[in-house]
Amino acid sequence: MTIESSATTATTATAAAAIAADQPPLVEMRDIRVSFGGVHAVDHVTIDLHAGEVVGLVGGNGAGKSTLMRVLSGATPADSGQILIEGKPVTISNPRDAKTYGIETIYQTLALADNIDAAANLFLGRELTSRLGSLDDGAMEAATRKIMFRLNPNFKNFKVPVKSLSGGQRQSVAIARAVHFNARILIMDEPTAALGPAETAQVRDLVRQLKAEGIGIFLISHDIHDVYDLSDRISVMYHGRVVDTVTKDKSSTDDILAMIIMGKKPHEVTSEEMAQILA
Amino acid sequence: MTQASPGDGLTAERPRRSIRSLLQSTEVDTRLLGMILALAIIWVGFNIMSGGLFLTSRNLWNLSVQSSSIAIMATGMVLIIVSRNIDLSVGSLLGFLGYTMAMVQVVWFPTNPLTWLIALVVGVFLGAIIGGFQGFIIAYGKVPAFIVTLGGFLVWRGLLFEYALGQTLAPMDPTFQLLGGGPTGSLGESYSWIVGILACLGIIYSLISGRRRRRGYGFPLRPRWAEVTIGVLGCGAALGAVWVANNYFWPVELAKSYAQTHNIVEPPGGLQIPTGIAFPVLIVLVVGLVMSFIATRRRFGRYVFAIGGNPEAAELGGINTRRTIVSTYVLMGILCSISAAISTARLNAGVTSLGVQNELDVIAAAVIGGTSFSGGIGTVPGAILGAVVMQSLRSGMVLLRVDSPVQDIVVGCVLVAAVGLDTFLRRGNKR
Repeated sequence: MTIESSATTATTATAAAAIAADQPPLVEMRDIRVSFGGVHAVDHVTIDLHAGEVVGLVGGNGAGKSTLMRVLSGATPADSGQILIEGKPVTISNPRDAKTYGIETIYQTLALADNIDAAANLFLGRELTSRLGSLDDGAMEAATRKIMFRLNPNFKNFKVPVKSLSGGQRQSVAIARAVHFNARILIMDEPTAALGPAETAQVRDLVRQLKAEGIGIFLISHDIHDVYDLSDRISVMYHGRVVDTVTKDKSSTDDILAMIIMGKKPHEVTSEEMAQILA
Repeated sequence: MTQASPGDGLTAERPRRSIRSLLQSTEVDTRLLGMILALAIIWVGFNIMSGGLFLTSRNLWNLSVQSSSIAIMATGMVLIIVSRNIDLSVGSLLGFLGYTMAMVQVVWFPTNPLTWLIALVVGVFLGAIIGGFQGFIIAYGKVPAFIVTLGGFLVWRGLLFEYALGQTLAPMDPTFQLLGGGPTGSLGESYSWIVGILACLGIIYSLISGRRRRRGYGFPLRPRWAEVTIGVLGCGAALGAVWVANNYFWPVELAKSYAQTHNIVEPPGGLQIPTGIAFPVLIVLVVGLVMSFIATRRRFGRYVFAIGGNPEAAELGGINTRRTIVSTYVLMGILCSISAAISTARLNAGVTSLGVQNELDVIAAAVIGGTSFSGGIGTVPGAILGAVVMQSLRSGMVLLRVDSPVQDIVVGCVLVAAVGLDTFLRRGNKR
């Protein structure tokens, strides 16, 4: 895939997202609250995502990005608030619920069972079985080989526990698991944290490709440039709240950086504060 | 996206020493192979030290029967330890269930012709319920498994004494007694051969169908010589075991009375009736096959291993981890009841001391068989082999007239050494 072609697909996808904007958003999280023993990890957050759109979630450590996404993926229950998928209120109380709505997650920790192989991890909880209900390891391995060939052609170790794979290969398995089951909504929590430059480029290509296919993506990353390159809109979180959600065209990385650090919208930041950040 | 990423090149297959790569191409479980080798060394060692008493049909036949109760429970303990739990109650539970089955036959339904069946059904159900109860407290109540089963360890043994004030209950129903093995509780010559031949057919079928399946998906195949070697060794082992069992003959007195009741003229030197595979051993084989199938070919087994590998990942993968944990304990309870039936039938009595310290033997068997206490690793055949290793050590030392306390010391040292060696080797493999 060349850079030009991926850039074009990205543009068309943005156009598609603009058209879809008349319809209810693919995901809408309204007034979500999560607290852990008095600490408001997520405090009255409202956020939305359209089909074919990438929404970047940025913020410092403990800003609540991962917790917010864990609510959507069913890993952490929300104390209050509402989740709507295509305008319809839904209840997501465990990871299985999320998956039935086509929400797939690449966790920062990867959430792989280290002692079993790539195919077993890819199909974990959704194993292919024969007619009598026995595991069809052959079919699962074949499907895994197929998808891994697409995502990471160097991946060869299909028979070993994922513990003995490199960080990049483990990440590939986690990504493969998220994209294999026809996700409509993809949550990527630090998808490139464990990766080298070449693999990071692969993941970026993948994000653009999935976006072009009309999948809505929440992208969490520490790397502001990563997020800025890939996202259509960026939501900045600070101490459990969303400071602002901005369209990329209308904000600079400096604006976003300022929001991450100060927890204030750009126009609220004084020039002295700004100078301090940039120094 | 076809660009090669440098990170992957580092973990690509490095050239290894030829023996290891040869072994790898056969895809044989090297750990299991190592255990079989260790067992062979133990057997040959005891045979030399005892002046040829160990490797006799008689001793090996007894060894197989004596291992069976622990082996059956060890197959369940594997799943429990793999899922990062423990069951300390199996010895007491075995005693309790065995005593209950004895109660059915001696006190509650002594005259019913189907009393053996009632005893078994009651035992299996009670085992499943008690196991499930403990599992429920562990999985849903979030009480540590160690504590719950430690409580069970005390409670079930205590209940057993409450039942009949600790009296010994005997005798068992004649049909029930067959479960315990012994000359009459065995398959006899021709059925044993049939079992052996069926085992061979099963081995050959699984090799061929496995190869066909791999070819169908275009996966790399095992080298042909490896398939043939595995087939020949497997069939050889199966038929060899049958041959050994068939070379253990009925005791002289029993054979004499059998000859008299069946009007057979005894040949010079007495009637030689091959015993064949004992029923408890047959049960071990069936349980081993079923448990292996559950552990490796069913979703449930996959989930148990996933939970052991990473409980959070299993949960995030949408697995109902609590129900899975409860199921492991239900299985364990059922296996305890099977072992309890065998032990009670073998003793031909319900006694209060049945199964004392068995929990330790079962856990030791699973661990010697390669089950890792940190979870996620273990095999059913390994656990059965572990039980045989333990019993081999004990009965070998009995042959050598080693005192019981010294036996315990040796077994204890072997347990620690085996796990230590295993940990050491595993760490070496990682590098």
